[in-house]
Amino acid sequence: MDPALEELKEIVTSAMGASVLDTSIRKGELAIEVKRDDIERVLTYLRDNVNCQFKQLIDLCGVDYPEREERFDVVYNLLSMTLNRRIRVKVRTSGEPVPSVTSVFSTAGWFERECWDMFGVPFVGNLDLRRLLTDYGFEGHPLRKDFPLTGFVEMRYDDEKKRVVYEPVKLTQEFRTFDFLSPWEGQPDLLPGDEKAEQNKAEPSKEKGA
Amino acid sequence: MSQNQIKNMTLNFGPQHPAAHGVLRMVLEMDGEIIDRADPHIGLLHRGTEKLIEHKTYQQATPYFDRLDYVAPQNQEHAFVLAAEKLLGIEVPERAQYIRVLYCEIGRILNHILNVCSYAMDVGAMTPMLWAFEDRERLMEFCERVSGARMHMNYFRIGGVSRDMPDGLAEDILAWIEQYPKMIDDVETLLTENRIFKQRTVDVAKVTVAQALDWGFTGPNLRASGVAWDLRKSQPYDAYDKMDFDIPVGKYGDCYDRYVVRMMEMRESLKIMRQAIEQMPKGPVMTENRKVASPPRAEMKTSMEALIHHFKLMTEGMHVPAGETYTAVEAPKGEFGVYLVSDGTNKPYRCKIRAPGFAHLQAMDMMCEGHMLADAVAVIGSIDIVFGEIDR
Repeated sequence: MDPALEELKEIVTSAMGASVLDTSIRKGELAIEVKRDDIERVLTYLRDNVNCQFKQLIDLCGVDYPEREERFDVVYNLLSMTLNRRIRVKVRTSGEPVPSVTSVFSTAGWFERECWDMFGVPFVGNLDLRRLLTDYGFEGHPLRKDFPLTGFVEMRYDDEKKRVVYEPVKLTQEFRTFDFLSPWEGQPDLLPGDEKAEQNKAEPSKEKGA
Repeated sequence: MSQNQIKNMTLNFGPQHPAAHGVLRMVLEMDGEIIDRADPHIGLLHRGTEKLIEHKTYQQATPYFDRLDYVAPQNQEHAFVLAAEKLLGIEVPERAQYIRVLYCEIGRILNHILNVCSYAMDVGAMTPMLWAFEDRERLMEFCERVSGARMHMNYFRIGGVSRDMPDGLAEDILAWIEQYPKMIDDVETLLTENRIFKQRTVDVAKVTVAQALDWGFTGPNLRASGVAWDLRKSQPYDAYDKMDFDIPVGKYGDCYDRYVVRMMEMRESLKIMRQAIEQMPKGPVMTENRKVASPPRAEMKTSMEALIHHFKLMTEGMHVPAGETYTAVEAPKGEFGVYLVSDGTNKPYRCKIRAPGFAHLQAMDMMCEGHMLADAVAVIGSIDIVFGEIDR
């Protein structure tokens, strides 16, 4: 365990107090989870505090966990060149607006736009929350887990109309997903369906199956 | 005297413009010939790489990384394999580490040749492109000899590199290292003190240190502003901690400094390449862990276990323990990072690609404001953007 990382964790948790919901150090990387509404305050502190100096927002992205109540994680990766450290800050949302951090880091603008585009997480305070990577007039949020890989519409040039037209996706061959997962390796301890056996016992030992 | 109403003009730059370095569409609000606001529209090359990777096994993901920044493919692969190796917790054989360093530096020179020369062409110099591209071709030949492909190498694999370097290749690369500084000198005589080139680049789009940090600049663009930050030095990966090289740093953060930093970086890369070849130990180039790397072909003829391992790896792929990591490398354009989330299965749960060009292009508005239209072209050239990585 890296003592400097522990120390940094202590500094952040003591200063931010109730804003910090969870901290972890895994694989030598410090990650903290904070309250959604406090994200701006936390990032400002991390940027300006002498012991942190995370002057750069390297990356901002979303992650989708559909089975969770608050399904989206918004992940901020920060870099401190003075300390030569990185920190990962996370907030959770189920689609409620996340406060924008464009006032703290200018670079957050496009990253937030991308996150909105890909996951549909709105950012309050971002003055330019247009779609970024997808086509003009695109509908849906493609990186959500419930968005199909093939999408919903396909595009071609129509020779009669002399323009590009959008049509529902037609697959000439059924979409193939191969389930190569073997039941012996890499599976969760509890196989799907096995939780019923657990429940029949006196006390359910696990809250959630699989 | 009649009063003329002066109206701002909105100008559409691209998406098919030779100086847009790909498919950049920029909506420029012009006040006469001065840029008031630049609004880059990106995504015209969006291919959904991150979504596709979520549906592929870990080995199948590396070719997608070649196609991000297709000017220096191997550096992108490097970030992904390092991230996966970190989650897997495996050690890479030493020889493979040196080969990776060697090819990353080849990638850096590949990138800088293309950038410097096309940048020069954007601001009016034709010759550097014609001269230096010969060496770019030689470098791609080295890539071909080791992997079979000139550009999209798919050479770095999780656990090492796909195969060892063929005999004689190291000597040929050393011979090339000998003669390449001459070409850098030649290009520099054409550009560095060139009156026209300097008029187009000096004092154009100056970026201060505070601005560079605020806008997430990394790589040569950050160093041109005067920050001596290089992940190869500060957070070394693979064999970079054993290499002796310097970090060129600019002073003013203008387009000219960004060009000079890249030229000097090429010379440093040559130093690293020479050291990598000279210090390269003998030994395996792929990890012995059979859950990650497939066994040698000969072993499969006799060993049933090897055959099963091969079959499982080629169909199911490897299982990466649940966890997450952000791993970054110093790609030629800046910090290229992969935020990899694994849920313990054979496919990445989430693979966010942090492209340096994305942050750089975002700052176009900040850099172009108050400059002339023609300067926008110089700025695009100097920040080194490639749409493969920005649009993903």
